Amino acid sequence: MRPLAFGLLAASYALSQGAVAVAQEETGDGAPPVVADMPKTAEPGEYAQTAAEMKAYTEEIGGTDLTFKMVPIPGGEFTIGSPEDEEGRGEGEGPQRRVSVSPFWMADKEVTWDEYEVFLLKRDEQRRKLAGIKPSQYDLKADAVTRPTKAYTDMTFDMGHDGFPAICMTHLSAKMYCKWLSEKTGHFYRLPTEAEWEFAARAGSQTAYHFGDDAEKLDEYAWSDDNAEWTYHPVGMKKPNAFGLYDMHGNVNEWTLDQYDPNFYATFPADKVTKDPYNIPKTIYPRTVRGGSWDQYPEELRSAARMPSTNDWKSDDPQIPQSIWWMTNSTHVGFRVMRPLHEPTEEEKLAQQLIPRPEDVPEWGLREGFIDD
Amino acid sequence: MSTPRRSFLKTTAAASAAASLTAAAAPAAKLRAAHQEDVIRVGVIGCGGRGSGAVGDAINAAREAGTSPVKLVAMADVFEDHVKGKHDALKRQFGEQIDVPEDARYVGFDAYKKVLEHDLDYVIIATPPGFRPDHFAAAVEKGVHIFCEKPVATDAPGVRKFLAAVEKSKEKSLKVGVGLQRHHQGNYLAIADQIRDGAIGDIIAMKVYWNGGGVWDPRKSRDQVSGEMEYQMRNWYYYCWLCGDQIVEQHIHNLDVGNWWAGIKANGSDPVFPVVCRGMGGREVRTDKKYGNIFDHTACQYEYADGTQMISEGRHQPGCWNSVSEIAHGTKGNVSTQGRTRIYHMEKKDDGSYAEKIDWAYRGRNDKSPYVQEHIDLQAAMRDGNDYNEGYYGGMSTMTAILGRMACYSGKELTMDDALKNGRQLFPYDQELSWDAKPPVLPGEDGAYEVPTPGVTNVLS
Repeated sequence: MRPLAFGLLAASYALSQGAVAVAQEETGDGAPPVVADMPKTAEPGEYAQTAAEMKAYTEEIGGTDLTFKMVPIPGGEFTIGSPEDEEGRGEGEGPQRRVSVSPFWMADKEVTWDEYEVFLLKRDEQRRKLAGIKPSQYDLKADAVTRPTKAYTDMTFDMGHDGFPAICMTHLSAKMYCKWLSEKTGHFYRLPTEAEWEFAARAGSQTAYHFGDDAEKLDEYAWSDDNAEWTYHPVGMKKPNAFGLYDMHGNVNEWTLDQYDPNFYATFPADKVTKDPYNIPKTIYPRTVRGGSWDQYPEELRSAARMPSTNDWKSDDPQIPQSIWWMTNSTHVGFRVMRPLHEPTEEEKLAQQLIPRPEDVPEWGLREGFIDD
Repeated sequence: MSTPRRSFLKTTAAASAAASLTAAAAPAAKLRAAHQEDVIRVGVIGCGGRGSGAVGDAINAAREAGTSPVKLVAMADVFEDHVKGKHDALKRQFGEQIDVPEDARYVGFDAYKKVLEHDLDYVIIATPPGFRPDHFAAAVEKGVHIFCEKPVATDAPGVRKFLAAVEKSKEKSLKVGVGLQRHHQGNYLAIADQIRDGAIGDIIAMKVYWNGGGVWDPRKSRDQVSGEMEYQMRNWYYYCWLCGDQIVEQHIHNLDVGNWWAGIKANGSDPVFPVVCRGMGGREVRTDKKYGNIFDHTACQYEYADGTQMISEGRHQPGCWNSVSEIAHGTKGNVSTQGRTRIYHMEKKDDGSYAEKIDWAYRGRNDKSPYVQEHIDLQAAMRDGNDYNEGYYGGMSTMTAILGRMACYSGKELTMDDALKNGRQLFPYDQELSWDAKPPVLPGEDGAYEVPTPGVTNVLS
């Protein structure tokens, strides 16, 4: 969390003494100090304290030219799941229950390879070194976050790189990216829960898709097996939903925080509203991805559709133990980030597995690569 | 499945008699109980991630085919921590199908011999590539069926040794699988049929790639190891005598696909191999001395006897254009595994521009993992007694990659004949290896290894 000194008004330059102090240390080789990237000027809404103050803002990934847009998702009530007569209804979409979610911001697009590789390959650190720029306090913290090991093969599978969604990462990798992004930006980013994801996808609708029930119109909003030509597509090419979110249906499935349990909604009281439901994981499989993908039929892209992860998503990983970072076969799975209005405490983050726990990263999982030592 | 085990087992009397040479004979004897005759007994030589992965694939192959279960009965590795760690990991995952008592877990440079003393149906060879010719030859000598990982050698003498053993394995009717799993992968098999059926006409040229960000970084520093031999063995990818360089260790897959397709053109079925190669390469990004003596990029032009061309790129440099794929350009169209597996031609549009027009695309969904399929196929041949031997093209595709490496290291145009006959030996086949032995390459005073210099380095003996 950015210290309050950065403040609501934070034209940060005046207030970011920490960063200035870091920047003025002598460089090791006696070269004159170079001033690091300063935290950018705050945008309206970025430091909102209440739902009413929330506005869309653009987040910069420091030390790169990359930015992404966060849009406000006001909290509210909705009916989770699908009615029994919904065309194409799948496992675990009922019983329908009333649910409320607290306000958050959500990225308007899926995380791209460009963004993900800053994290994977430490592109920001590389650039700083080449330019002789000292790291900011945020950079230093972000640099210390654990990174995935190298993938032995090209994980785009030749489907495209710049502007295309990152894929084939495990749940752990997606969470680790969020942790890194949080350190890097000073804002707390995480994966959405299933309930948050569905609320954001529906954007006030109760229909099969956020634009209605007519799958014929899907082509305007989504990449599915019907129109994707067997490949993913650059993020944000189709029309967004009412919240301004792109590709909530299709392109790539998106990781959520939850353990997949087809009977989870049945545990909610039928006569009350369940606040911020979240099924904290106990096992690595199955966890839930949402939204369907380029590799699935239109009905699997519905707002209520749920998909469990499985170890089969690593079936072409030729080694034992298999990577804890990569899934060689989940070319249909990516993720997008969200940011809750109110940041939980570090204890809560760990207890609720909003961030990776130390035990999620065994020592062997840090050994690099294809052919383990 | 009720084929008697014996029908697809030992072909030599010596091997049949070997059943009770070790203490492992106790559980082995138990397996011979009448109701448990149907077990496929596997040993593994080389317990890194791939060796263990192959054991898992072998077990899963039998499960998926619904045939006799596979049991792992013996393990070997030079490192004790590998044997122990992988045994425990496999045990956790596969339970009773891992049946390797402590005295059947062998450690050391000669551990492979002890695994081969067991009564095995087949042995998995997954040591670093430099060791494979000797390990393969020893397995053939014992008369067991073999699954050998690719590449099968790191130098021309190793390939010659391997090919000689392949000849012997054929005489003994042994079944030999080589880990070039694209031959067992749905989309590649479908492409082979398409090319055979004339879908792209005659192939003129091919482009094959393994461009990626690299593999694991060296894991052990000098102060964590007993000496130079262990240092190189722990970090084996970065030493040409152990690994063969990226073009041999990884890019072989794509070169092998080129050989497969060129063979379909040449004779309708069997892979053929290039006759000449020119190439260039070096170390631009991965230059630190901890990265041993291998290149981080190679680019080769191969020619086949009938004039077919193959252009190849292999790269380990993060942040560049990445692709692991093969493309063939024919007189009537093109086939590509870049992204979606498809056949296409270029079509002129009304505005004068050109676009790809797809003529055929692979529509397989939920194909079996080729890593499992190759064991399903090998086990089926063991059961049915059909001829099954991937050794020759496995050896020659390895040599194709070695030829490319030699061309890049030397900067010279080289023929396959010359390279195979006179290629320099890198691996110390005749030396008794131990932790105290000197590896064939040693660092200079500054800890750096000599890296090949095109135009200067001699790759022929």
